[in-house]
Amino acid sequence: MDAPYAIEMVNITKRFPGIIANDNITLQLRKGEIHALLGENGAGKSTLMSVLFGLYQAEEGVIKKDGKEVKVNNPNDANDLGIGMVHQHFKLVQCFTVLENIILGVEETKGGVLQMDEARAKVKALSEKYGLQVDPDAKIEDITVGMQQRTEILKMLFRDNEILIFDEPTAVLTPQEIDELMEIMRNLRAEGKSILFISHKLNEIMSVADRVTVLRRGKYIGTVDVKDVTKEDLSRMMVGRDVQMVVDKEPAKPGDVILKVENMTVASKMHSNNAVKNVSFEVHEGEIVCIAGIDGNGQTEFVYGLTGMEPLVDGKITLCGEDISHDSIRKRSREMSHIPEDRHKHGLVLDYPLEYNMILQRYYQSEFTSKAGFLKRPEIRAYSERLEKEFDVRSGQGPITIARAMSGGNQQKAIIAREVDKEHKLLVAVQPTRGLDVGAIEGVHRQLIAERDRGRAVLLISLELEEVMNVPDRILVMYEGEIVGELDPKKTTVEELGLYMAGAKRNVFIDANTAEIEESEAIDTAARKEEA
Amino acid sequence: MKKKEPLIKNPSFQSILTSLLCIILGLLIGYIVLLLINPSGAGEAIKTILLNFLSRSSHAARMKALGNTLAKTAPLLMCALSICFCYKVGLFNIGAPGQYEAGACIGLYAAIAWHCNWAICLLLAAVAGAVVGAISGALKAYRNVNEVISGIMLNWIMLYLTNMVLSGKNVKEVASPYTIKVSGKSLIPSAGLNNLFANNRTVTIAIPLAIIFAILIWMILTKTKFGYELRATGFNKEAAKYAGMKEKQNIIVTLAIGGALAGIGAACLYLTGYQQWSTTQTSVPTMGFNGIAATFLGGLHPIGTIFASFFIQSITDGGALIDKSVYPSQISDLISSIIIYLCGFVLFFKFAINNWISKKDKGGPNVNDVPVTDAPAKSEGGEK
Repeated sequence: MDAPYAIEMVNITKRFPGIIANDNITLQLRKGEIHALLGENGAGKSTLMSVLFGLYQAEEGVIKKDGKEVKVNNPNDANDLGIGMVHQHFKLVQCFTVLENIILGVEETKGGVLQMDEARAKVKALSEKYGLQVDPDAKIEDITVGMQQRTEILKMLFRDNEILIFDEPTAVLTPQEIDELMEIMRNLRAEGKSILFISHKLNEIMSVADRVTVLRRGKYIGTVDVKDVTKEDLSRMMVGRDVQMVVDKEPAKPGDVILKVENMTVASKMHSNNAVKNVSFEVHEGEIVCIAGIDGNGQTEFVYGLTGMEPLVDGKITLCGEDISHDSIRKRSREMSHIPEDRHKHGLVLDYPLEYNMILQRYYQSEFTSKAGFLKRPEIRAYSERLEKEFDVRSGQGPITIARAMSGGNQQKAIIAREVDKEHKLLVAVQPTRGLDVGAIEGVHRQLIAERDRGRAVLLISLELEEVMNVPDRILVMYEGEIVGELDPKKTTVEELGLYMAGAKRNVFIDANTAEIEESEAIDTAARKEEA
Repeated sequence: MKKKEPLIKNPSFQSILTSLLCIILGLLIGYIVLLLINPSGAGEAIKTILLNFLSRSSHAARMKALGNTLAKTAPLLMCALSICFCYKVGLFNIGAPGQYEAGACIGLYAAIAWHCNWAICLLLAAVAGAVVGAISGALKAYRNVNEVISGIMLNWIMLYLTNMVLSGKNVKEVASPYTIKVSGKSLIPSAGLNNLFANNRTVTIAIPLAIIFAILIWMILTKTKFGYELRATGFNKEAAKYAGMKEKQNIIVTLAIGGALAGIGAACLYLTGYQQWSTTQTSVPTMGFNGIAATFLGGLHPIGTIFASFFIQSITDGGALIDKSVYPSQISDLISSIIIYLCGFVLFFKFAINNWISKKDKGGPNVNDVPVTDAPAKSEGGEK
């Protein structure tokens, strides 16, 4: 009855020094099915795919194609077997056109001259057959992320790959683009392609996959038919225990204005335009405001501008009634706590012990440094022990554990402990659940709501739709550096949110005053052009 | 709560063990080289290198030779401290020789031309070194120029600048390329130390001074707020910035302190009267470079560098005593360089030992300690 297997990975074991990344894992992909590979970060999904692609050699286990054992020693072997992959971070040449990217590596030449016509016809045929709209002559840097992804898919199809792997393909997409992608995947399945879909998003797996294989901490948990299980079942398999999916919270009781941002503009490091344009809003005590948006729409630069890590081009920030627009990071940190986006880059000194990381924002205060400039070691130790206990931060050796040796979840807990315990009125939490497993995410959300209920103002910057819908009391949507929408999470839907995130809708406009300034600037540039 | 760890897992023990391994391996390779050149004298030669002053016949000669070695250990230790201090802050101060030259230049000039008190000369040498270090630091902080590049170039700039300044007619001997001998109150005092070493005048308070500096540097790095900031900046510049530290300023201050240490190092040699500066020299003094080896051999620990500096200086001096009728005269430098070179392998050995340990208790009980999230992230190719 069941279709034969297109590719099988049987009893794969892959070890790294000190860790078994894949422990006796079996993954069997049938012809013409969408098979999801589900697991938390660090469950071993990427390692397993690297084994399939010949980037790693498994110590034990075999790979079979159409029932016959094959050896995959490098990515070229995988390509010969008809395996293609869309990576989480696209591998496209930015200044090439879509067509040039698709044929890259398999281009036909005649006497040293590229033969594009045939390729163009094939790409056109493929894109019509599978509903993959692309403009073959557009440059990658000019097209949307969704179209870039379609280019990646066409790249696989152009090479006649039969086994397609999608590595967390929805992380960078808007809800609408996600729906389109799901449709494309169904089309591909209808044409007999076999798809391996790597994800930790349960909704997507439930909607598109036929079967799902679950990994946890490098171990094989099981393979089930999606139609036989519920979301809760899958999450239990993935995490190993029951997880509360909906965030419990009382309605917010907003008080005085804590943070006021007016016409904030921050320059971009990547290009000459400003990354944050004319952003204005307020956050009150006792409420969680979330800035939602697709990755790369100015959120990072906004946070840098707010916390003082980058100077403002223009605008004013008022915190607790004081103008802090040009204050140093240190000065701002008196009233502002900051859970940074990248905990390894900013949040921790990984080579310092945990206790030293716990005082990273406060080491200079008299509680931890004597008048003569010596560190008060016993006080630091006691402080770290208290935070570890209160916030359930687990580590191998307590305060003297080197931060690098802690798990990601506990590293994040340590940062949250530090920032929440420190005196502050405003908590800026940037993607606080990034890379955490489902259980840890639940804990972080509880902390944020507790902060709110203690009367602090919380500004959450998030890319995760579920988080955006469940945690905050108010949503601001950021698109291309502007706040384009303000939404009430209780009244809005994911679809509506998606339209704002994609820039298709807006309900916040820059006031007439600044619009005029923009207009006059436009005239200025026009005049300058004429002069030239 | 705390489990007793096996000795081999103790980081301090590992440092000492790996340093000893490097020394033994260096001696072994040196011995093989000696065997290849002339097998008959090899054993004797390697013994001479190791024994150094102990190979002298009389007690007085031994103490005098030991005094000489100690007198040169002090400047080497200061250079090693300079490099060690900067290394702890994540900077590779290969510009130490240049800072050392600047210290020699101003220190000697003040001593010979102005007849300043030794303490003032020492201070001026420190300031000169600090200025040169700060140049590298400022270039790094504000223009993102790698401190290795600017350091190496400054080494040469300072060499010729020093030659030029010290060629002045009040400073240089008329008939020779050497600077006039330092004398009187400009000499670092012996404070009776010379009597312990067969009246060797070059044994001065510079030696205890250098040791005090080592202890001071160690305390600053580990016990103070200032050290906490500097090391945090060294480990993770971005996190330091996030925590409100002035990471640019810290880079400049660090290299300036490193420069001051190297500058004092020069004063510790030239103000003892041990040596005169040759204004025609065309190579950067090796003292600063040997400091790198001493730093690594000392396990990147200020206290460890005290012993490492003495050892390196000792084998260098010992090398000079090899029987020149059996071996070519370059052999002493060759052998000591081989040993010094091997000292650079300390980190490699440490890595190998840890690898061996983790292989031995593979699948041990502490799987939870391993950063589970990090390992697969690397396999993804990380940030592409």
